[in-house]
Order: sequence, then C-alpha cells, then structure tokens
Amino acid sequence: MNFSESWRSFRMATWLGWQIESNWTDPFLFAVYSIVKPLSGAAILVVMYAVISQGDFTSPMFPYIYLGNAFYIYVGAVMTGVSWAVVDDREHYKTLKYMYIAPIRIPLYLLGRGVARFITGSIAVIITITAGVLFLKVPLNFAEINWPLFFLTLILGVIMLAMLGLLLAGITLTVARHEGFIGEATAGALYIFSGAVFPLDVLPNGFRQVGFFMPTTYWLELLRRSLVGNIAEAFPTLSAFSNGQLLGILVALSIFFGVMGVFVFRRCDRIARERGLIDRTTNY
Amino acid sequence: MTALNTKYSHKDTGWRLFLKTILARAYPRIIGQQRETSWLIFDLLMPMGTVIAYVLVYKALNAPEEYVGFVVMGGAMTAFWMNILWSMSSQLYWEKETGNLALYIMAPNSMMAILLGMALGGMLATALRALVVTLLGSWIFDVTYAVTDFFQLFAVFMLAMIALYGMGMMMASAFLLFGREAWHMANLAQEPIFLASGFYFPIKSLPFWVAAGASIIPLTLGMDAMRQLVFPSGSKIGFLNVSTEIIILSVLAVLFIVTAKYLLAYVEKIAVREGRLTESRR
Repeated sequence: MNFSESWRSFRMATWLGWQIESNWTDPFLFAVYSIVKPLSGAAILVVMYAVISQGDFTSPMFPYIYLGNAFYIYVGAVMTGVSWAVVDDREHYKTLKYMYIAPIRIPLYLLGRGVARFITGSIAVIITITAGVLFLKVPLNFAEINWPLFFLTLILGVIMLAMLGLLLAGITLTVARHEGFIGEATAGALYIFSGAVFPLDVLPNGFRQVGFFMPTTYWLELLRRSLVGNIAEAFPTLSAFSNGQLLGILVALSIFFGVMGVFVFRRCDRIARERGLIDRTTNY
Repeated sequence: MTALNTKYSHKDTGWRLFLKTILARAYPRIIGQQRETSWLIFDLLMPMGTVIAYVLVYKALNAPEEYVGFVVMGGAMTAFWMNILWSMSSQLYWEKETGNLALYIMAPNSMMAILLGMALGGMLATALRALVVTLLGSWIFDVTYAVTDFFQLFAVFMLAMIALYGMGMMMASAFLLFGREAWHMANLAQEPIFLASGFYFPIKSLPFWVAAGASIIPLTLGMDAMRQLVFPSGSKIGFLNVSTEIIILSVLAVLFIVTAKYLLAYVEKIAVREGRLTESRR
C-alpha cells in the first residue's frame, strides 16, 4: 500500500467531510445545532430519571445512565458517519463514481469522511458531560479519573466504531432504497444490547448474551470505570471482570470486528462493482 | 373531433379538481409506500428500538407500570412527528431537489390541495405504523389500558392529527425557502421536540411555562389528553383537564390550516420572485 496515497485519501476526505458537515450555515447556528440535539437527548433521560427518583441524583444509577448515554453519541457519530458517506456521495451528491476513478483508496476515504462526525460528536460529548457535572452533580473527580485507561479505551473504541462503520458502508454499497436506515438501525440495536442506559441485567436472559458479544458493552463499561470507578463497579453485570480483563475482551472483539469490517467491505465492494451499483441512484 | 369526445377529454375544475388533486397526492402515500415492504419493517423497527430502550430504563429505575404505557404511546406518536418533519415539512424541498416542484406549480391545480393530499395520505399511512407500534409495544410489555371516555379519546386524537398536519402544511411552506439547511433543520427538530412535548414522560413533569410553550405543538396536548383518558392513573398526571385541551387543540387546528393557506401563497410568491423554485443548492 502506498502510504502517501492512503494518507492523502484520509486527509482530504476529512477536510471534505468537515466542509459538508459545517458549511451549510453560519458558525453560530452550526454550534447551536451541534449542541442542542445531544443535550436534548440527554435531557429526556434526565427528566425520566428525575420523575421516578423524585430528583435524587445521588444514586449510582444516574451517572451510569448519563455517562453511557453521553459516550454513546460516538456510536451514532462515528459508525453511522462512515457508512452514511456512501449514501451521501452516491444518492445526494452523485459523486461516488468520481471517487472510485480518482487516485484515492476508498476505504480510507470513507473512514476520513467519518472524522468530521467524530469531531462534532466529541464536542457534543464534552458539552453533555460538562453540563452533567455542572448542573446535575455527575460525580466526576478529575484527580481520581484513571486518565491512561480513559484515553486508551476511548481511542480503541473510536477505531472499533470506525471499522464497524466500514462494515456497514460495505453493506450499504450493495443495498438500495433503505440504505440510510442501516446505520441508524444498527446504532439503535447497539443502544439496547450494550446496556448504554441501563445495566444489562435488565435485559431478558437470551438477549443479555447478545450484549456480551458486543464490543460497545465493554467499551462503555471501561469508560465508566475510568471516570467513576467505584460507581460503575456497583453494578453486577461485569463486576467479576477486572479492568485488564475487560480491556483484553475489548481488544479481541475490536480485532474481530475490524477484520470482519475489512473483509465484508472488500466483498461488498466487489459485488457493487460487478453489479454496477457504484453509480446507481434511486432518488430515495 | 373524435379524440375530444373520449373520456380523456373530460376536464375537472373547481372543487372536483381540488378533491381529485387531494386524492391523487394522497395515493402514493397510502398505496405506494406500502409496496416497499422493507421500509415498513424499518419504520416499525426504529421506533420500537427507542421504545424498548426507554421502557428498560424505566424498569431499571423500578418505575410504576403506567410509565411503560407512556413510553409505548410516545413511541407510537413519534411516527407522526417524523412524518411531519420528513414527509410534510421537507417535502416541497425534496420536490424542488428532484425537479417536481416546478411541475406542481405549473399544473392547473391548487397547491393547497397538494398539501392536503400529502397530509391525508401521510396521516393514514402513519396511523397504520403507529397502530402496529402500539400493539407490539403493548403485547411485549403487557401494557393495560382503561379507557374512560371513547368519544373524547376519538375527538382528541382526530383534533391532534388535524392540528398537527395543519402545522406540517405550514412548515412545508416555510421549508420551501430553505436550501440544503432543510435537512439539518428537520434533523434538529427531533430530540428537542421529543423532550419538550413529553413523548416519554408526562408533560406535567416540566415547569408550567415550558409545558405551556410546548403546547403549540399539537402532540403535546394530544398525548397528555390521551394519557389521561387511557391510563388508570392518567388524571393525576394531566397538565390541563381534557376538555380544556380539546378546546385548545380545536383552536390550533383552525389556526394552523388557515395560516398554512396564507403562508403558502405568500412564500410561493417570494420563491417565484427570487427564483428559488428550481434552484438546487446541494
């Protein structure tokens, strides 16, 4: 693989993605747009929690729900961001065929397109958590945060999500008319099976096992442990595992899904070329 | 001359043309959309996913059983709001993007009839999806209902729908002026509305003036009234009493439809003057 070509593909796709994401309006409205949506999503859960708990935000359940929901923003942003680039380029801008004939590497181009969503997602995550700490007493003590574990988990998770996005991008290449739903449906399913906003024990037994196979389950658990260790460990689902064991499982599952992502994308890419699907538009 | 005497030579005008336009625009919404069965599956799966997640949150918090019912009802009603955003408000923008808008305006029919057709078709097609979400949610989570007044329930639902789709028609006119920001605007109007309108919790939980402000969206009072009418403890969580909510919904229904008519004429004039009917800013 030619490194400079790969780097150029990634870099230019990142720049293009950022322009598409941000230049449809003025910076103020873009900032409002980037902040209001995730904060409202978090606020729905906050009100639901406050109604039932009579406003008692000191229960360990609250930071569990709040932080899980905040970091879950990355799943929608990164994973869906990568796969959505196919829909955007093929159906909306009708430029995917030009990308295919340009001297770039398509998988890296698609991953680069996801970076803009990663940046806007990061802003949303930071603002959501800051609002939680300032106004809702989410017990984040900066001196007690396990920073190495936090950053290691965060980086691993973002790479894992990007590879899942590549896998979905491959499937999206071969599908018509409902391609836009694929990313959202997968993100929705992961929201339930990863225990993002409730402990996995709440799920019925058969469904709980599905959650144990999802890398996002371990990713969210490690993020919670690195930020609010004692509270996260209060929930029984994964309490038998040490941080090292959880990290090992996360790495193994990330490699598995990463390899699957590359394999599925290559296979779907070949099918899409053979069937002439790269430049197909359906007006949906 | 022979050709002029065939059935194709008949020309409807006036109210007949108006009604036929409504039916013609409603047709693809009711019949056409059902033909893409995979869309039906996704349309049901997506709201069900949110319903399941929020029900499990309430279960994890040991919430009273009615709250599960509130989420199921809210999840079903999201279908209507999404339909308003993506298939009413944004519709004229999509039509502009695909080149149909100019044809609509050139044709000798009323744009108001086209909007009414979109609303009628969208309402019926979405009602089917909302019904399935309600039945599925109720079955999975064993939700029990105790309807206190069927007549009021029917009245509230119909008034909420008329007011909501009137609002959609109004928004469609406004979206006509948007370029590519239309997609982002529709996207932005999801979670904040789910929050302000109390889709997943009683609206009474919000401060009074926030709830009063959110009442401009017909689903806010519609859902509040329906929750009061179908759940045993509904009256305790009501924001206003049902009769007052029916009156407000009636006013909103008339207000939105009349405003939509005038706004459409006004915006169409601006769009023609500024040459925005055929522009495509991607």
